[in-house]
Amino acid sequence: MRKGDCQGKTPIVMAEGENEVRWDGLCSRDSATRETALENIRQVVLRKAEGLRSVKETPSCPSDGLSNTASLDELNKLLVHLLMLSKRCPFKDVREKSEFILKSIQELGIRIPRPLGHGPSRFIPEKEILQVGSEDARMHTLFEESFAALGRLDNITLVMVFHPQYLESFLKTQHYLLQMDGPLPLHYRHYIGIMAAARHQCSYLVNLHVNDFLHVGGDPKWLNGLENAPQKLQNLGELNKVLAHRPWLITKEHIEVSDSFFEVEALMEKMRQLQECRDEEEASQEEMTSRFEMEKRESMFVFSSDDEEVTPARDVSRHFEDTSYGYKDFSRHGMHVPTFRVQDYCWEDHGYSLVNRLYPDVGQLIDEKFHIAYNLTYNTMAMHKDVDTSMLRRAIWNYIHCMFGIRYDDYDYGEINQLLDRSFKVYIKTVVCTPEKVTKRMYDSFWRQFKHSEKVHVNLLLVEARVQAELLYALRAITRYMT
Amino acid sequence: MEKMSRVTTALGGSVLTGRTMHCHLDAPANAISVCRDAAQVVVAGRSIFKIYAIEEEQFVEKLNLRVGRKPSLNLSCADVVWHQMDENLLATAATNGVVVTWNLGRPSRNKQDQLFTEHKRTVNKVCFHPTEAHVLLSGSQDGFMKCFDLRRKDSVSTFSGQSESVRDVQFSIRDYFTFASTFENGNVQLWDIRRPDRCERMFTAHNGPVFCCDWHPEDRGWLATGGRDKMVKVWDMTTHRAKEMHCVQTIASVARVKWRPECRHHLATCSMMVDHNIYVWDVRRPFVPAAMFEEHRDVTTGIAWRHPHDPSFLLSGSKDSSLCQHLFRDASQPVERANPEGLCYGLFGDLAFAAKESLVAAESGRKPYAGDRRHPIFFKRKLDPAEPFAGLASSALSVFEMEPGGGSMGWFVDTAERYALAGRPLAELCDHNAKVARELGRNQVAQTWTMLRIIYCSPGLVPSANLNHSMGKGSACGLPLMNSFNLKDMTPGLGSETRLDRSKGDTRSDTVLLDSSATLVTNEDNEETEGSDVPADYLLGDVEGEEDELYLLDPDHTHPEEPECVLPQEAFPLRHEIVDTPPGPEHLQDKADSPHVSGSEADTISLAPMDSSFSLLSVSHALYDSRLPPDFFSVLVRDMLHFYAEQGDVQMAVSVLIVLGDRVRKDIDEQTQEHWYTSYIDLLQRFRLWNVSNEVVKLSTSRAVSCLNQASTTLHVNCSHCKRPMSSRGWVCDRCHRCASMCAVCHHVVKGLFVWCQGCSHGGHLQHIMKWLEGSSHCPAGCGHLCEYS
Repeated sequence: MRKGDCQGKTPIVMAEGENEVRWDGLCSRDSATRETALENIRQVVLRKAEGLRSVKETPSCPSDGLSNTASLDELNKLLVHLLMLSKRCPFKDVREKSEFILKSIQELGIRIPRPLGHGPSRFIPEKEILQVGSEDARMHTLFEESFAALGRLDNITLVMVFHPQYLESFLKTQHYLLQMDGPLPLHYRHYIGIMAAARHQCSYLVNLHVNDFLHVGGDPKWLNGLENAPQKLQNLGELNKVLAHRPWLITKEHIEVSDSFFEVEALMEKMRQLQECRDEEEASQEEMTSRFEMEKRESMFVFSSDDEEVTPARDVSRHFEDTSYGYKDFSRHGMHVPTFRVQDYCWEDHGYSLVNRLYPDVGQLIDEKFHIAYNLTYNTMAMHKDVDTSMLRRAIWNYIHCMFGIRYDDYDYGEINQLLDRSFKVYIKTVVCTPEKVTKRMYDSFWRQFKHSEKVHVNLLLVEARVQAELLYALRAITRYMT
Repeated sequence: MEKMSRVTTALGGSVLTGRTMHCHLDAPANAISVCRDAAQVVVAGRSIFKIYAIEEEQFVEKLNLRVGRKPSLNLSCADVVWHQMDENLLATAATNGVVVTWNLGRPSRNKQDQLFTEHKRTVNKVCFHPTEAHVLLSGSQDGFMKCFDLRRKDSVSTFSGQSESVRDVQFSIRDYFTFASTFENGNVQLWDIRRPDRCERMFTAHNGPVFCCDWHPEDRGWLATGGRDKMVKVWDMTTHRAKEMHCVQTIASVARVKWRPECRHHLATCSMMVDHNIYVWDVRRPFVPAAMFEEHRDVTTGIAWRHPHDPSFLLSGSKDSSLCQHLFRDASQPVERANPEGLCYGLFGDLAFAAKESLVAAESGRKPYAGDRRHPIFFKRKLDPAEPFAGLASSALSVFEMEPGGGSMGWFVDTAERYALAGRPLAELCDHNAKVARELGRNQVAQTWTMLRIIYCSPGLVPSANLNHSMGKGSACGLPLMNSFNLKDMTPGLGSETRLDRSKGDTRSDTVLLDSSATLVTNEDNEETEGSDVPADYLLGDVEGEEDELYLLDPDHTHPEEPECVLPQEAFPLRHEIVDTPPGPEHLQDKADSPHVSGSEADTISLAPMDSSFSLLSVSHALYDSRLPPDFFSVLVRDMLHFYAEQGDVQMAVSVLIVLGDRVRKDIDEQTQEHWYTSYIDLLQRFRLWNVSNEVVKLSTSRAVSCLNQASTTLHVNCSHCKRPMSSRGWVCDRCHRCASMCAVCHHVVKGLFVWCQGCSHGGHLQHIMKWLEGSSHCPAGCGHLCEYS
C-alpha cells in the first residue's frame, strides 16, 4: 500500500530531454519527498544554466547559436515554472526554495522571468485576492488538494477560494469527472472539455485541456480539428453546439444520433462534462486575462448577438465548425418552443435520479454543488449584515432559467424587475450567454458597493444556474429517448 | 368505530367487479384520488382535471372540472385528494402555491369552492382529515405545512418544518391529532395538530428527499416512507424512537407508496423516473415484488386502491396520459417467473445447486445423478442445512464436490504461474515455456513453443549438430517427434472432440490413424528425452503439412512397437511423422464439421485434403532451405493461435501473442486480440492469480486492455480512531489529529508501504513486519493473533 502517491498525477511534466525535470515530486504531501524533488530540480536547472554560460563565454561557430537558443528556451520554460511555483504553491518550502533557485540563477548572470500579470483575475485587483500563504486552514487544505491533483493552483481556484465551501465541492466534482473512473477514456473527456470551452472561445481553458489531453496520451492530430477526432466525438459536435447556446432545442433525436455510437451512459458523462467545463470557464472567463478584444464589444452590449460574431482566435476556432451559431433570445426565437416547466421536470425529482442511474455518484456530487451554490449565504449585503438574501438569490437563479425558457409556476417574475437593475441584468445575460464578451466595465458597473467576494458569489450562482438549465434540457431529452 | 361501519355500508354488500382496463386522458396525470363510493376517480394534472366513473367495462368521463376560458395556474394541479367522508368535497394543490377546494354539489358549471393563497411556493401535497369533515392539511415547497378549516377563509395553523420543502403530509388514520410530514432533506416529522410550535418527533428516514409516506390502515403507528434513495422503509412509531421494521430496495426512486387493504404486509409503490411499473411488495420479502403491473408506457404518477377494504383493485394515473384499473389477478408475479432452481459451476469443477425445499425433499430419497449415464459419478453430495427464508420460502442448497484429480484445472494455474512472457530473448522464452508445458505433460503445447522458437529465431541459432543428435536419439527410442505430438496428451478440454473423432477412426478402420496413435501411446518415455532442440527441418514440415504424411508412413508402420520399423530412411519418414500431429486449424475444421459421419466417411474426408497438402509440404520444405523469412509462417501461426483459442485454451493464445509480440500481432485483428486478453484475464482473476493477470495486462498492447490496471487506483483510507475517511494525508487524520497508521513494531508513523494483517488489522512498515514475523508468529502488537505473512 502506498499512501500519498495515489494522487501524484501531474499534467505538467513535459519532455525535457536528457536532463529531465520531474515536477510531480513537488505535489507530494511529504515534505521530505518535496525536498528531494526540489533539490533535483535545482541541480538540473543549475547544470543547464552553467552550460549556457560556458557557451556564452567561449564564442563558437554560428551553428551552435541555434542549439543555444533552444536550450535557452528550455531553461526559460523551467524558470517560468519555478516562478509560478514560487508564487502559487501551497507548500511554503516549495515557494521559498523555488525563489531561492531563481535567485541563484540570477546571480549567475542569467535573466530570470518576472511576473507579468495582474493576479488571477483581470477584473478584481490583485490586492483584493487572497495571497497564497495567507490562507486559513480550510483553504490551505483545499489548495493542497488541488495542487496534489493538478500540479498547479489555477486562477479559478484562487478566485473561487473566496467561497471555500463551494470550491471544495467544485474541485471534488471536477476531479471525479476528469480523473476518476468513468465510462469515457480520459483523453476523450479532455477533448470534450476542449470542445466545450472552444464554443465560448475561452483560450485559457482550451489550453489547460489541451495540455491535459496530451498528457493523458491523446492523439495530437485530433487537435487539428474536430474532423480528425473519432466519429463518436464528431457526433457530439452538434450536441455540444446546441447545448452550449440554445439548449431548449435539444430533442430526443439529438440523443439518438449520438447514441448510435455512444452508450447513453457515456453520453451522459459527456454532457456532465460539457457543463462542468462550461462552468469552469465562466467562472474564469469573467476574471481571466482574455485575449479577445473586449474593448471593441463594449459599446454594443446589446442583447442580441446574431450578426456580430467575433472571429475567434485561430487556435480555438478549429474546434468548432459553425461559428455563426450563438445564443439567441429564447423569446425572440422564431420557432415556437414550449415553455419548460420545472414542476414537470426538475433536478431534485427527475434529473438527479437519471444522472445517478447513468453515471453513479455524479448525481450526488452535482446535487451537492447546486445546493451549495444556491444556499450559500453569509447573510451580508455590501455593508449590511444579517440580511436574508434568499429572495435575491432566487431572483437571480430564476432569471437565468427564464432566459433559457424554464419557468417556475410558483414564482412571481415581477420580483425580478424589482430586484435586478438593468446593468446587473446586462451583466448576467452576458456572462451566462456569451461569456466571451464580458468586459471590465460591465463587471464594475453593477452593484458598485458590493465586495468582490460577493460578485464572485454571484458568478458562482450564475454558473450553476446555467449548468442546471442545460442539464435539465439535456436530461429531459434523454428521458424522452429512454421512454 | 364510526369510520369502519361507514365503509362497510359503502361497500354495501355488493362486491366490486370490473376488469383490467385503461382509458386515454387528454394530458399527463399528476395525481389521482378515489371517491369513497369506489365508483368514481378524479384525475388531476397540469392541464387536466376530470372525474371518471369506473364502470364494469370501461372508464366514463363524468365531469370536467377545468372550466373557464383561460385556465389559470390555479388549475395546474400537483396533487388532488377526495374527501373520504364527503362525496362532494375535493381539494387540489396547485403548482403556483394555491390550495383549492371543490364542491361538486354546486349547481353552477364551475365547482370551485375556496381558494387559499397562503403558500409562497408550489404545494406538493394536500390531505383531508380521515374523520373530520372540515380539516385540510397542505405541505409546500416553501417548507411550511398549513392546516385549514374549510369553514374559515384562512389557515388555522401553520407548521414550520424548519427545513427545505415538504414533500408529503399524511394524517394518521388511527391517531386523531397526529400527522406525518416528509421533507426534501430526508427527514420525517411527526406533528400534533394542536401544537404548531414544534414537532413531536423528527428523524432522518432516507438519504435524500423523502417523496412519500403512508400510514398503515390497521397497524397503529406503522408508517411507510419512500425516497429518492430507491428505498421503501416501514417504521414503527409507537416506540420511543422510530424503529425501522422493514426496508424494501426498489430499482428507482419511490414516488408514491400505498398500503394494500386487507393485506397486512403488502404495499404498492411507483417511481417517478425511469421505471414505469407499479409494484406490490410484501415487506417481509424485500427483494422480489409480489406483484407487478406493467401497463404504463411512461412513469406512473398516482396510485390508489379503489376501495379501502378490497385488496384486488388498484387504480393508477400516468405521465403517458392514461388511467388504468389493475386487477390483482391479472398482475404479473415475478416470483412465479423466477427460476426456482439455481445452478452454479465452480472454478474447480464443484457444482452448487439450490432449489425449493419441497422439490429437494421429494427427491432426497434417491441418490442424485447416480442413474445418469452421461455423467461419470465423480460427484459427492454434501447437503447444507436448508436456510429458511423469512418463513415464506425456503430452499435447500446442495454442493457437489469434485473428487480430487478429476478434470482439475491445476495445469492452468501452474502454467500461468510458470510461463515466462517477457524480459528474455525470444528463444529463451520459447524454450522455457516449452519446458514448462512438457513438465505439465502438455506435449502438444510444448511442441508448439519449440516450433515457434525455430520459426522466429534465426535458423543459425539451431546448431546443426542437433539434427544428428536427435536423430540418434530417435533411433534409440522410436519416433520422438511423432511421439511428442501425441494426441493423447492433449488436455481434455482442448482436444476431446478431436480425440473422439480420431478414436472413432482408430477403431473402425485400420488406416494410418490407428497406427499413429498406437505408436504414440507406446513411446511415452520419449517425452523427457526429447529436448527443445528439435531439428528445424522437421518442425517446418510439421507446421506446414498437416497429417497427410502419416498416410505415407503407414505402410512401413505396421508394428509400431518396434522402433526399427519406424525409422527406415533418414529424413523422409521423419518428416511425415511430424507432419501428422499438430492438428492445424483447417483440418480441425473438417473434423468438427463432420463429427457425426460414420467412421469410414470421416476417414475419407480427412484423407482427401492430404494429398494436396502433401505436395505443398514438399514445396515448402524446399523453400525453407533457402531461408524463408519468418513472415512466411505468420498465416500458420495465426491459424494456430485461433485454433488454441477456439479449443478453449486462450491461455496459449495470449501467451504466444505476448511472447511473439509484433511478429504476429499485425495478422490478428484487434478485436480478437482484445477478446482473448479479456477472457484470459478474467480466467486468471477467477483463479486469483492477480499478479499474473496484472502482468498480462501490462504486457498487452491492446489499449482497451492495458488501461485496465490504470483504473481504480485510488485507495481510500479511514482513520483507525474516528473511523472517518482520511482525505488529505494518508497518515494524519484531519478530524481527530492523530496519526492513524502506526507501525506495530517501531511505533512510528508509516508513510510508505504499509502492510497489515487482515486477521487482526495490525501492521506496520513492511520490513519491520517481515523481520518480526521471521522470529515470531504472533502479532507484534501483542493482540495474540497468529499473523501470517506470505
